[in-house]
Amino acid sequence: MLNYIWAGMILIGIIVATITGRLDTLTNAALNSAAEAVTVAITMLGVMALWTGLMRVAENSGMIVGIANRMRPLLRWLFPDLDQKSKAMEYIATNMIANVLGLGWAATPSGLKAMEEMQALNPQKDTATKEMCMFMIINMSSLQIVTISVLAYRAQYDSANPSEIIGPGFVATLISTIAAIAYTKYREKRTVFKAR
Amino acid sequence: MSIVLFISDLMIPLTIVVIVVYALLKRAPIYDSFISGAMEGMKITANIFPALVGLMVAVGILRASGTLDYIAAFLAPATRLLGFPEDALPLTLMRLVSSSAATGLQLDIYATHGPDSFIGRFVSVMMSSTETVFYTLSVYFMHVGISKTRYVLSGALFANVVSIAASLVITILIFGT
Repeated sequence: MLNYIWAGMILIGIIVATITGRLDTLTNAALNSAAEAVTVAITMLGVMALWTGLMRVAENSGMIVGIANRMRPLLRWLFPDLDQKSKAMEYIATNMIANVLGLGWAATPSGLKAMEEMQALNPQKDTATKEMCMFMIINMSSLQIVTISVLAYRAQYDSANPSEIIGPGFVATLISTIAAIAYTKYREKRTVFKAR
Repeated sequence: MSIVLFISDLMIPLTIVVIVVYALLKRAPIYDSFISGAMEGMKITANIFPALVGLMVAVGILRASGTLDYIAAFLAPATRLLGFPEDALPLTLMRLVSSSAATGLQLDIYATHGPDSFIGRFVSVMMSSTETVFYTLSVYFMHVGISKTRYVLSGALFANVVSIAASLVITILIFGT
């Protein structure tokens, strides 16, 4: 799938740019984006190291196991076939907490570690497991309670009440997360049915 | 408002304090743990770098080609029937591929229509309840070398469409058009 998405984005972009005569802009954009990726990666290097460092502290002190234990009922329902005491479960719990609190880049390292741990348990290394599907879809449905950047931008553009969108934003987030879980559970059931 | 911003400013320092104090109370090694964890963060960043370059170049090409604007223009008649604000269409598409480009379009809308207009409020709610799907998808799966993503893309896009629809309905219900 990723192969087609990536190839599709590039080929469609180049075809459209050729037709509309924007090839020179496109060439610059491609090169600039590659250079920009280096800048992003360097910033990310520091932020990522900070959070993986703090995450290791929380891990060694037993804090992460504690959080995962508290979230057990929810996690057991979302990931019934994943070993409840596994490392993967701990990282999933950490990632969800970081996402809900809106810690941004703090969520990425735990998310990537969760993927590593789930991959270690994966018998088919090139195919996503159903746990990965659930984790990724929930992750991409947005879990953040308050998106602070939106409030800041609204304030910057002289909104009379920048924070009036907190409640509506929370409800929309909740609805989409519930829809995401329902969809994933439905697809899981259908897959099991097919396998029989 | 100021309370909300204060709490949000507090979020990251508070998280750090909680982690460090908890470790102190449990007499767990702190600095050693931090150093070994930070070392791993470096490896993770190096590992996702190729995926980052690939994604950013693809997004850059797509943006520069203007494809998203053409898709938006193509979809406009259909979305107009649904009462969807037309000017927000390029943003909802951009939101899927690039967080920074989406933010740029969001600020354009604030500047043109004002953050308290119908479209300004809709965009605020929508940006609060969606994620950059393609970034997460490519970085997470590339990190562990998975190419067959099964129903993840359809699930993420479904959640995205639900978010947009919910944002629109909620904005109309609470603030009116």
